Amino acid sequence: MNLPVYATAGQRVWYYGFRVICGLIYFFLLAPIIVIIPLSFNAQDFFTFTPEMLRLDPAGYSTKHYVDFFTNPDWQGPLWNSLAIAPVATLIAVTLGTLAAVGLSQSHVPFRRAIMAILISPMIVPLIISAAGMYFFYSRIGLQGTYWGVVLAHAALGIPFVIITVTATLVSFDRSLVRAAAMMGAGPLWTFFKVQMPLIMPGVVAGGLFAFVTSFDEVVVVLFLGAAGQKTLPWQMFTGLREQISPTILAAATVLIVVSVVLLATLEILRRRSERLRGMSPG
Amino acid sequence: MKLKHLMGATVLAVGPLCGSMAFAQDIAECENCSDSMVLMSWGGAYQASQTAAYAEPYAALTGVNITWDEGSNEAVAKLRAASEAGNMTYDLIDVEGPDSQRACDEGLAVEIDFDEQLAAGADGSTPTADFGPSIINDCFVPQIVFSTTFGYRTDIAEWNGAVPDDLCDVFDLTTFPGMRSLESRPKKNLEWALLCDGVAQADLYDVLSSEGGVDRALAKLDTIKNDVIWWSAGAETPQLLADGEVVMGSTYNGRLFAAAAEQGQPIATLWDWQVFDFDGWIVPEGLDEARMNRVMHFLNFATDTQRLADQAKYISYGPARASSQPLVSTHATLGIEMAPFMPTNPANQKNFLVNNIEWWADNQDEVEAKFQAWLSQ
Amino acid sequence: MAGARNIQAETGPMLAADGRPLKDSLNRALRRQKLRALLLISPLLLFIMLTFVAPIADMLFRSVENQIVQETIPRTVKALEGWDPSTGAPHDEATFAALYTDLVIAEEYKAHTRLGTRLNYEFGGASSLFRGTGREVGKWPTEVYTEQFVASDPAYRDGAAWALWMADPSVRAVLPLTADAYDAWALMTVVEKDDVPAEEQPLDFVYTALYRDLAAGALPQLMPAVDVDNWDSVAIRDLFLEEDAAWGELPVWQAMKSYGGNYTAGYFLNAVDMQIGANGPEMRAEDERVYVTLFIRTMILSITITATCILLGYPVAWLMANLPARSANLLMILVLLPFWTSLLVRTSAWKVLLQQQGVINDTLVWLGLVDDANRLVLINNEAGTIIAMTHILLPFMILPLYSVMKTIPPSYLRAAKSLGATNWTAFWRVYFPQSVPGIGAGSILVFILAIGYYITPELVGGNKGVFISNRIAYHIGTSLNWGLAAALGTILLVIVLVLYWVYDRVVGIDNVKLGG
Repeated sequence: MNLPVYATAGQRVWYYGFRVICGLIYFFLLAPIIVIIPLSFNAQDFFTFTPEMLRLDPAGYSTKHYVDFFTNPDWQGPLWNSLAIAPVATLIAVTLGTLAAVGLSQSHVPFRRAIMAILISPMIVPLIISAAGMYFFYSRIGLQGTYWGVVLAHAALGIPFVIITVTATLVSFDRSLVRAAAMMGAGPLWTFFKVQMPLIMPGVVAGGLFAFVTSFDEVVVVLFLGAAGQKTLPWQMFTGLREQISPTILAAATVLIVVSVVLLATLEILRRRSERLRGMSPG
Repeated sequence: MKLKHLMGATVLAVGPLCGSMAFAQDIAECENCSDSMVLMSWGGAYQASQTAAYAEPYAALTGVNITWDEGSNEAVAKLRAASEAGNMTYDLIDVEGPDSQRACDEGLAVEIDFDEQLAAGADGSTPTADFGPSIINDCFVPQIVFSTTFGYRTDIAEWNGAVPDDLCDVFDLTTFPGMRSLESRPKKNLEWALLCDGVAQADLYDVLSSEGGVDRALAKLDTIKNDVIWWSAGAETPQLLADGEVVMGSTYNGRLFAAAAEQGQPIATLWDWQVFDFDGWIVPEGLDEARMNRVMHFLNFATDTQRLADQAKYISYGPARASSQPLVSTHATLGIEMAPFMPTNPANQKNFLVNNIEWWADNQDEVEAKFQAWLSQ
Repeated sequence: MAGARNIQAETGPMLAADGRPLKDSLNRALRRQKLRALLLISPLLLFIMLTFVAPIADMLFRSVENQIVQETIPRTVKALEGWDPSTGAPHDEATFAALYTDLVIAEEYKAHTRLGTRLNYEFGGASSLFRGTGREVGKWPTEVYTEQFVASDPAYRDGAAWALWMADPSVRAVLPLTADAYDAWALMTVVEKDDVPAEEQPLDFVYTALYRDLAAGALPQLMPAVDVDNWDSVAIRDLFLEEDAAWGELPVWQAMKSYGGNYTAGYFLNAVDMQIGANGPEMRAEDERVYVTLFIRTMILSITITATCILLGYPVAWLMANLPARSANLLMILVLLPFWTSLLVRTSAWKVLLQQQGVINDTLVWLGLVDDANRLVLINNEAGTIIAMTHILLPFMILPLYSVMKTIPPSYLRAAKSLGATNWTAFWRVYFPQSVPGIGAGSILVFILAIGYYITPELVGGNKGVFISNRIAYHIGTSLNWGLAAALGTILLVIVLVLYWVYDRVVGIDNVKLGG
């Protein structure tokens, strides 16, 4: 990809032109996220850059929207609700998902393709359809508007991610290790926890993170299924965006961006660890 | 006109009668009552006025924990789902008149015995007499009279000093250029369009029922269609006005008041052909005894003469009790006289409309389909 | 013994160490392995079935379910079985009497308004027709029958006597209408009023039914004999017509007959802008057609978004695939950052950026590219939806593209060039065809995700940029026409499942990768 020394003028123009285009696409990808951050420190209650902000005048900046976010019960309630729902949904998704992924990775699984299709379907079916179906069905069985209704729904939505990431790690898992453990007299459970589990752990954690973010970020299903007691952070943001646009939303958004950066960093570390474990060079 | 009675009463509100405000009086003990409630309302400035006028005082007096859900624009759907689920998650629901009718019709709301269960007026009148014409069905405990009307920005240079004072200025793109915002529902828009197309108020629903009547209204709306942003939540118009995205738009009069008086936005209200409506509480079917007791205890407190008058200190909606009218005074924090901002103020109601609930109940589905088809063309 | 086993081993099937035939043993091991795999999978499968597949199935059911007419007015539906709509609205008293009985009962259960709402989807006016008539039907002057029965013999007032009569099979056999009305009344008394039927006097509609049975010539044993020939009577049909002239017209009857079954295709017809007319299904009036347009628009917008994603995603994926691992990794993280950022954060960002008084327009005006008076309209229309959704879905295009491109050896391009191909020919004839699977995978994924979007169009799409999903949400939340919402959802689901199947064929579900 490096430009050879003998490149012609045309090639040079193309080479740099192409990089500029890619730069612009990256700008398109990242600018909307980055622009939120300074705006969330706006001293005014507006969504635009004030002249003071453009002059970099400290008076134009303030942390009052963060104070609002961390003290106002309108935001704190939803934050805690999100934190009460997402981990439980993640736990369910990871436990059941990892078991099933291990099952799916066995060499002889009847109806493997069909089962896989069903397990992945929550990711593929449009959220509005899942939400509508769950709304109708959970109403019938008394789960609509309950904590467990939302948790179960979120767990179902997170499962495909666990399945995908864990099966991906299992594909490269050397099955002779299991046989070796069995030969040395370890039972299946012992083998699973002592041999298989540590090696697929990065996949499990990555799947868990995906499941967590799915729940933490989910708004459509919770809008339909939840009642006031299950109002989550994204729900509050959605109401905020439609009802009264206050820059506190931007403060909340910035907090969520920081959370996603931390999660992304965790994933990257896991990926490197997993590659190292498999004897590959860290990228 | 049913509303005349209420509106007449508001005239008194301007007087100096309203100095005395009763504070923290005793409240009857609530026996066998739950210690928390979930109320559903509209969010925004309106819910804030309810919180300040009666939810917070009630919580302070009783220690009850009150949770709010801003779901009222889909209240009947949520009510139906919760009722099917057999798990009523709401204790009290704030709805508009037509929605209370639907909920009552479907057996989703409890019928209220006004004289038994609500507080008598401060002037000694029975609740039935005090609420008077705002009682529109057996399930609905009215709180306020509100109106849907237009707001406009006061700082538009292109208007060369012209000020909209007629509903039909909304349709006048030459004198008043700029974007408008209208609700993405046919109700109210069709009536306004016909009024500006030369139809007399008395003939509105006859024209709408006649062959081509809806088309005529849509044809009128066609003249401004390219300059309209369509809203679905009441707070959108004030926000769009404040951002300068639109120069005029329809919304609930209290929201305009909040944007102009409380947030100091350059926004004024156009008081021509406002559309009146009632808003109030319904109690869902399916509450257990303790919750029911708590709700009725709260309802008794929150809809008494003083509380309804207090609400008018925070938002410019007219109280639904006649006995509250004389107590309406000044804004809680700004100290300005509220009467000029009330939809029921005589100066603001030279022209007004009341939706024909029956006509809309019958024609909603068909007209809505037509309207959506028209919108997407 | 040992000898015998050896002989058998030489002639019969091969044996495993434990003496079983090896084939059986292997089969058994295989079965056990399969069973173990299924045991591991089954908890999750069960979970998904209950929490996800069952709700979807329930939605499919809702889209055709139509018990309400049959449940609310069963007698009328039965009476209408033999009626031919082409002969005009029914005239016979029996049909009207059946409807009268149904409505009185429905009113007690408050079910008539629900039925009105249901039929109002099919013809406007049903709602107030049923509400209005339902309000009055209990006050109709059918008490003339009650009074005359009671006057002729006081036993007719006695609840206990009624209970006795109605328990007798021979009476029930000759008084079919009465027995049916009495049963409905008794059930209603228990359920709605919590009373004991044997202690209560039946309502007027039961006496009306009795009068109709007796007038038809029935002679019940047990009951006090009455001669109803010269009694005062009321014409129930006239009562209906006085209440509302619509009862004398065709539409309401036709709707009650067409939707009398337990299942209906009505919602699906509605979802493709059709309705059941006098002569079977027909298109709706031109100006009431909404959904076909909306489905087409959803498709067009989704295709546009997919195309934009290819256009923007391809160069980035190519760059990443051709950079050294360390830089590619960094760029990958930059792609994943938006992917990991909350959907609502990104949507609110676009809302801030795209407004007419927003950052983009401000910048363009400041740069002098756009006149202050003619700021670009980028939000509340298709443009808003396309821009915001392209941004949101772009990572889903880049990730599969990248994973395919990484496998294309760069030496191919160099070989093509050394053989004399120009840059463009080398790319177009050699590289591009090999990257097509990536484009296919990314496109289907992006398209499937785009077609079902709800939140972003709702917030930035205005009226022209909304998808079919927004309409589904409207019917669930606002219009309460859940059957129609379910039918629209089912159609959308079928489209997505077809694409899902294609995706599975082309890419394989196992090959979905999630970055990293």
